[in-house]
Amino acid sequence: MSKRARMTLDNPYLPYPVRIEQIVTETEDGNLKTFRLVFLNPEHEEKFRYMPGQFAELSIAGKGEIPIGIASSPTERGFLSFTVNRVGVVTAHLHNMKEGDVMGVRGPLGNCYPWDEMEAKNVVIIGGGFAFTTLRSSLVYLLDPQNRSRFKDVIVVYGARSPGMLLYRDELWQWEKRDDLQMHVTVDATDDPDWKHHTGFVPTIVKKVVPSSDSSVALVCGPPVMIRNTQPVLEDLGFPPERVFLSLEMRMKCGIGMCGRCNIGDQYVCKDGPVFSLAQLKEMPPEY
Amino acid sequence: MTAYRVYSKEEWTSAVKALESHYQVFVPVKDGDFHLFGLLSEGKRPDFDFQNTHLSPKSIVYPQSERMFEYSLDGEDPDAHMLKEAPKDFSPRAIVGIRPCDALAFQRVRVNFDTPRYRDPWWVSRFESTTFVGLGCNAPEATCFCTSVGGGPFSEAGLDVLLYDLGDRFLAKVLTSKGDGLLKKALGGMEADGTLVRQAESLALKVTEAMPAVVPVDGLKDKSVLELFEAPFWEDVAFGCINCGTCTYLCPTCWCFDIQDEVLGKSGDRIRNWDSCMFPLFTLHGSGHNPRGGKVARVRQRFMHKLKYYLDKYNEGVQCSGCGRCVRSCPANIDIRQVAELMNSL
Amino acid sequence: MLHYTEKIREIAGRLLKQGVVDVFIGYRKGSVPMMNNPLLIRDPGSTDLLYWDSNCALNLCNYLTGRKDRIGIVATGCVSRNIVTHIVENQISRSQLYVVGIPCTGMISHRAVIRAVGGREIIEFEEQGERFLVRGRDFEEIFEKNDFLQSNCAVCRYPNPVLYDEMLGERVPGYEGDDVYRDVEKVEQMSSEDRRGFFSRMISRCIRCYACRDACPLCYCPTCFVDESRPQWVGKSIDPVDTMTFHLLRAFHCAGRCTDCGACERACPMGIPVRQFTKKLNKDVQELFSWEAGLGLEQRPPLDVYRQDDYDGFIR
Repeated sequence: MSKRARMTLDNPYLPYPVRIEQIVTETEDGNLKTFRLVFLNPEHEEKFRYMPGQFAELSIAGKGEIPIGIASSPTERGFLSFTVNRVGVVTAHLHNMKEGDVMGVRGPLGNCYPWDEMEAKNVVIIGGGFAFTTLRSSLVYLLDPQNRSRFKDVIVVYGARSPGMLLYRDELWQWEKRDDLQMHVTVDATDDPDWKHHTGFVPTIVKKVVPSSDSSVALVCGPPVMIRNTQPVLEDLGFPPERVFLSLEMRMKCGIGMCGRCNIGDQYVCKDGPVFSLAQLKEMPPEY
Repeated sequence: MTAYRVYSKEEWTSAVKALESHYQVFVPVKDGDFHLFGLLSEGKRPDFDFQNTHLSPKSIVYPQSERMFEYSLDGEDPDAHMLKEAPKDFSPRAIVGIRPCDALAFQRVRVNFDTPRYRDPWWVSRFESTTFVGLGCNAPEATCFCTSVGGGPFSEAGLDVLLYDLGDRFLAKVLTSKGDGLLKKALGGMEADGTLVRQAESLALKVTEAMPAVVPVDGLKDKSVLELFEAPFWEDVAFGCINCGTCTYLCPTCWCFDIQDEVLGKSGDRIRNWDSCMFPLFTLHGSGHNPRGGKVARVRQRFMHKLKYYLDKYNEGVQCSGCGRCVRSCPANIDIRQVAELMNSL
Repeated sequence: MLHYTEKIREIAGRLLKQGVVDVFIGYRKGSVPMMNNPLLIRDPGSTDLLYWDSNCALNLCNYLTGRKDRIGIVATGCVSRNIVTHIVENQISRSQLYVVGIPCTGMISHRAVIRAVGGREIIEFEEQGERFLVRGRDFEEIFEKNDFLQSNCAVCRYPNPVLYDEMLGERVPGYEGDDVYRDVEKVEQMSSEDRRGFFSRMISRCIRCYACRDACPLCYCPTCFVDESRPQWVGKSIDPVDTMTFHLLRAFHCAGRCTDCGACERACPMGIPVRQFTKKLNKDVQELFSWEAGLGLEQRPPLDVYRQDDYDGFIR
């Protein structure tokens, strides 16, 4: 008697199957690895249209899911990449997986950086530690020949604890050589006598190298202490809170604004965020 | 013209029985000290003489634990590690005897699961396959406050049929075509005359006017979210809270869930379980940081979500149907009516 | 026990005014009949909020964990035994506490009362010494309190505080019958199959809200085993095996520490007699180690220490 009703709705919880194509260990402590994932079904790649700033749920059967910012750029075709810090059950398992293994990706989720608003403006990208992932996506996107002319100056300040803790080092040094962006890499400290880049905390370098806030938008991603200390520097430079954008992290499960845990006030970080302007955050309860 | 049918109480019991060949029929049944919703097909005897069920009927649409997907972890299996939809039953179901507050609750929850951007396939499919046959409340409890939050003891919101208990018989008011369809499948009854309808209307009016509690929520929309968030009363409100999930699990409008993988041998399931904002783990980051690590923050979240965030986000009233279950069952007697008053008068 | 209310207010006012304590923990009169609300006050001017009657059955010791200030607290026999356990387990220091002792004549089982009025809604409750009155829309009944005690209170052998700075009244007699564990014995006599069935039926209604755990002053682990994810000891769905695992493991965690205060059972929104688990272990611990929890500051709980003559019948 019991008829099984047809499933006519798209299921937003169902991950697309992907194969791990490549795993790169990023940092000297081995805790950060970048996973390059290829869709098993090309149709899924078509469906997975994203913009820099968005994230996805990485799904491992038997372990669970974990929300991770997309580190690849939509201008890079044929794969997605995610840089994953080993912290919990899912990420620990992921770190032990091998190239060729099958897992799942669900997304793209959340909003992106305000690309329309950034057009014809200077873009200041400020990143710290392992939060450089969606900023890397943004940078690759900005520098794509199709896109570069839509934006004015691109200034990047990226810092980590030590040289060995920087992500995407090969790319960083290539970007440093280019003349269509100003790349400032810094470390908190180093005993490497050949270190040719900045030394010092990110906010200090921002103060030094960002000329002004005129016609500029800032994208900020990093550990809480960096975000806290960068805010006054940006204020001093004259950035109005409407033109400073932060990407937040929260414990998430569904990624689509339904399971209820990632809210800050009436905003769900997974669906209404993860990118919020400082102006928005000032209106929201300080609960993140 | 609205259709009304009338059934003697015996007739109604057999009418409900007749629905069984078309629906999974959920009815209030006496189970120990409480009334709960049970499946007629499991031999449960419907008992329509109750104030409200101890647990809300939310699990009929949204089970406390449900398998989302299943998968194989067997390396020999070409589909290993790929998630497949777990078989589910979305055949027609009827909740017969749901109180108007609980029907309203489904409406309040719907905005979460059925959104312009995403639809929760399971909640939506079950909701859509359900026919809601309400039973008006002749004697609301002292802890009920549905009229304060946009409902009422005879509110029709979210119902397909509304029953009036007129002592020796039920008057059924058809509210939707779904409800009409259900009554056509039920046996017996006859068309009701105007006298009965007027009798029902005056009953509803009398009971509604005599509602015991008035909980002020009218000022919440205009309050500043940050001022409410920083209000001085949260520590006192939260002190007694023991961090259990009673309020959230008994609440018909609480919808939060967790997703877990469970493996047995070489196969596994992805499961979703109700979760509670009262649990510290709910918001704990992998790093150890917890934005709502303290009890005060969690209690505040529960009330702010229900009475402010929801209101601001959807502009469809508060996330509460006034059923009073949390008031009656909180082991520490934390009373949403008092909290609403504190918030409303800040 | 209503008459204690005035005395509690006086003492709390005095302690706060004199600066003997920073905060005072007691109860506030509840918003629904037979439910009261745990309360903390700091201001000697708000002592009027304090209240006491036979419906103060959550264990106030639960609210001491982790506090750094000086605390005045109302304690019945079982609460005082939990305070002792807390001190022994280093969850609070004796010097932080000013214990206002209540010789307790037992807490009323609100469920039993509701059952006695046929499930009709009770709108008013009035305690009148040994009796109490309940009123509904169309009924009024007067009951003897002794007929409606919580089942743990009915057989309580330690109604008087074992540790206090001040007592609110004359000591009251404890239960002296030798049938304290009659309910446990009944279950013990079942075949193991029947017993499994008995426990399974008992917890079949459990909704995994953890009110029993959260009401328990012993359950102060920063992360409970049910919440651990590495490793994950127990599944989180309402699968009966997981639910049973939760209840059994929790009971074992409480073995030798439980004072049978009844807060777990009182808190359970589904009316599950969860003390069936803990009480069995209380009985075992008493038989195996001659131990009852929380009677003195000098001794650590039996499962916390090693003695040469410890029971070892389980090692084969």
